[in-house]
Amino acid sequence: MLGFVLIFIAAFFFPGLILRTKSIFSGRKGPGIFQPVKDIVLLLRKGSVFSKTTGFIFQIAPVINLSAILCAILVIPFANQKAIISFEGDFVFFSYLLALGKFFAIIAALDAGSSFEGMGASREAFFSMLVEPAFFILLATFAMFTGYTSFSGIFSHFFITGNHYVLIYSIIGFYLLVQIAMIENSRVPVDDPKTHLELTMIHEVMILDNSGFDKALIHIGSYLKFAIYGALLYNVIVPAGWNIWLQIVLFLTVQVAFAIIVGLIESFRARNKMNLNPKFILVISAIAWLAFIIILILTDKLI
Amino acid sequence: MVFLPWIMNALLFLIVSSLTFLIFILPKTYKYYYTLFLLAVAVTLSSIWSFSILSGNNQTPELTLELPVIKIGLVFTIDSISAFFILVINITVLVGFLYARGYLEPYYKIKNALRFSIHYFSYLWLYLSMIMVVMIREGLSFLIAWEIMALSSFLLVIFDAEVRTILKTGINYLIQMHVGMFFILLAFLIVDKATGQMSFNALGLYFSNHSNILLFILFFIGFGIKAGFIPLHTWLPQAHPAAPSHVSGVMSGVMIKMGIYGMLRVLMSLQNDLLLIGIIILVISLISGVLGVMMAIVQHDLKSLLAYHSIENIGIIGIGIGLGVIGLATHNTALSMLGFSGGLLHVLNHSLFKSLLFYNAGSVYHATHTRNIEHLGGLMKKMPYTAVLFLIGSLAICGLPPFNGFISEYLIYAGMFKSLSIANLYQSILVLGTIVGLSLIGGLAIFCFTKAFGMVFLGEPRTEKATMAKEVSQEMIYPQFITVAFIVLIGLASAFFVKPVFTIISRAFNLSYVAPVTEHAISNLSQISLLSGIFVLVVILLLLYRNMHLKTKPVSYCPTWGCGYSVVTSRQQYTATSYAYNYNHLAKPVLQTKKKMEDIREDEIFPEKRAFESHNDDIFKKILIDKPVDWVSRLLKRIAVMQTGRIQHYILYAFVYMLVVFLLTYFNLI
Repeated sequence: MLGFVLIFIAAFFFPGLILRTKSIFSGRKGPGIFQPVKDIVLLLRKGSVFSKTTGFIFQIAPVINLSAILCAILVIPFANQKAIISFEGDFVFFSYLLALGKFFAIIAALDAGSSFEGMGASREAFFSMLVEPAFFILLATFAMFTGYTSFSGIFSHFFITGNHYVLIYSIIGFYLLVQIAMIENSRVPVDDPKTHLELTMIHEVMILDNSGFDKALIHIGSYLKFAIYGALLYNVIVPAGWNIWLQIVLFLTVQVAFAIIVGLIESFRARNKMNLNPKFILVISAIAWLAFIIILILTDKLI
Repeated sequence: MVFLPWIMNALLFLIVSSLTFLIFILPKTYKYYYTLFLLAVAVTLSSIWSFSILSGNNQTPELTLELPVIKIGLVFTIDSISAFFILVINITVLVGFLYARGYLEPYYKIKNALRFSIHYFSYLWLYLSMIMVVMIREGLSFLIAWEIMALSSFLLVIFDAEVRTILKTGINYLIQMHVGMFFILLAFLIVDKATGQMSFNALGLYFSNHSNILLFILFFIGFGIKAGFIPLHTWLPQAHPAAPSHVSGVMSGVMIKMGIYGMLRVLMSLQNDLLLIGIIILVISLISGVLGVMMAIVQHDLKSLLAYHSIENIGIIGIGIGLGVIGLATHNTALSMLGFSGGLLHVLNHSLFKSLLFYNAGSVYHATHTRNIEHLGGLMKKMPYTAVLFLIGSLAICGLPPFNGFISEYLIYAGMFKSLSIANLYQSILVLGTIVGLSLIGGLAIFCFTKAFGMVFLGEPRTEKATMAKEVSQEMIYPQFITVAFIVLIGLASAFFVKPVFTIISRAFNLSYVAPVTEHAISNLSQISLLSGIFVLVVILLLLYRNMHLKTKPVSYCPTWGCGYSVVTSRQQYTATSYAYNYNHLAKPVLQTKKKMEDIREDEIFPEKRAFESHNDDIFKKILIDKPVDWVSRLLKRIAVMQTGRIQHYILYAFVYMLVVFLLTYFNLI
């Protein structure tokens, strides 16, 4: 339960921190940390404008997307506490549930019948399809490393397997999770949420026709998703057995650091050319394969 | 004690089979109801058999029905696996026939009574032959039932035989089915030669003192052609679109599963070479799964898209079975239990959602007279029921929770993840490769079905045909609710359905010490049910809140945002081809896209009207079917020089023949 609350708290200030970092590094005064949350509150109070082309898919998609993300949080553990719901292979459920949300986001974009939104939908479907294997390889190697097949099992035993090279593994896991998080959340280098031209967008162009309440739901969903990946990152680098108060402080620190990293990447790195994105994502999968080979060596199966 | 009812049951079954011939003499309007009646009787009978087997408590229950009337030795034997397949067949065939009533309506005026008699008759016999295939162990009768299945489905495919391409496709199908049957026959003959017995029961005896792998490969090719494993799949994407939709639903939903049944039957008797066989099944299934969905994405015909997805799903079933065999070989009970069960459950699941998708593709065709995705669009507003049913089918086939496809894929994943930590080097690499393959299949399926659903049902209509579409009749919609009910039930109350599957598998493969594995899996599945339930609840609550909220706020409607451009037409929408453009680029090596376009000449100051055409070929069809057929027909053409049409030449041939015979006899050569 604690993890659930903490993820919400992290999601609360996460987008603001990214914005703040970016504005500092680009030498602007920039909005306050809570500006994105204020925007959401504003949107929640508004009515909506719907396209005449759209039907009920467009109406239910943001709700389903947010519900999927909310339920996905339930399987994420925190510290030594088990997740609210935990079972073997729960990360399969996690991944497929997020995919369900994405499915609806994509068809909602196609529902508007605009070529821009169709383009965004096509890209989103294509890139998230490519990144799926990387996530599964990573989780498979975790499962192999610890001998457990649930998020809770894996992370509570991550640092007590008795393997001295766990730090290497922790670093690789951290790196891969950051990359996967950037792709899943449509951030630089795959997508730039602040780009000004519809032709170069991915996620933003999909939600061109959403407004008011629905748009707020979509934003809440994407902030929560960031916090979820932040929580996974935290679990990979902090041993589960430590004192709980220290854990809470560390959790928030990791989330802040993650937000700042995202801000830094977005400040100093340009977005990839669109046709290089598949290669970029496939390289992530290749690195995940490398991680797998390392785990084979660490568990004495290879050599 | 139970003996007497079985005899009566069997007799009734025979009576139903012989009564089918009456279809031909009934008046046109009664034919349908008569067929439905016979079907219902047969379905009830066989379901009773299956339930009594599945609910039996003893370890390996089997029911043997010796038919007293026939002296050729027709023996029906039902064990758990047969019972499972009978139930799968029953659901889909019954729903398919209920759906057929509305689907065939427009044909009543244009086709004569005989055509309908043949159609219904073949439908019944397709059903009866499938039931017999899973009940007969003896080789020759099995092959006869197998042949009836091929013939009746051939007759069903060519319902629209006026269209030349359909007849051609049907004949292609018939030939390939017989190639498959030849391999099965060959395998049976080998067994017969070695053991003196031509039966599935003799396989165990044969395998115990002969090489397992060779015979298995023969069976695998034979059954694999029916199931549609790549590269044996080439009939599948042609036959399914050609057939009427209820037939495609039944063929894709259950008939191709007969191949899976046959494989399982053979695997149950295997004695050694298990690891190698498991790896062969696994690798071929992975290839089928990934390539099947990759080729599905580029299809423009809605039904051939679905047909390629059948190949993908057969791949997933095969992955489960392959992992199961590897588990048997390495004494990894969890892997074999979860692998086999996932595969078997996917047989049921695929029969449900694939038939549902085919029925709705049929409804779309019914309403618009086109299956080309590029010509459709915006159908959701005109056909809301069809759209929702298709959407449920799409979500289920992509393996998304809370629908049934997820449960079977989850079981397979669970088996793999569980065995990773105990597997050795090569096994871990194999298992990880499979995990990657399965997750890639999932991602590609989502890509494919967002495209199919989005282009057909969402946006604005792209052509006149789509604009004029109307929702199909209720007769076509209501039967599908049965299928949807199963899809949702298996998704939400999975433990209830998986338990019997575990029992079936443990009986079939003698996995006796599995209690901890199954109990674990069941408790995991109930957690999944809980989480799915929470998800559904959250969705409902949020939707209610959203509706209440929007009622109090101003809501207005306007055209879609056109980026400042206001004269938007429906032709500017993203098409299926453009949706798959990025993907096509990446998948070039596999797909062989052919493009046809004239370049603009240099002296052409005002370019004339031009057309662009792109087309995707199935490489396997080209290499395995088209090229050899080309070669043979060229050879035959060369021989056809002799066919001059002159009577003198033919007399000369006869004379030469007699001379040769005479000379050969003279020198004692023949």
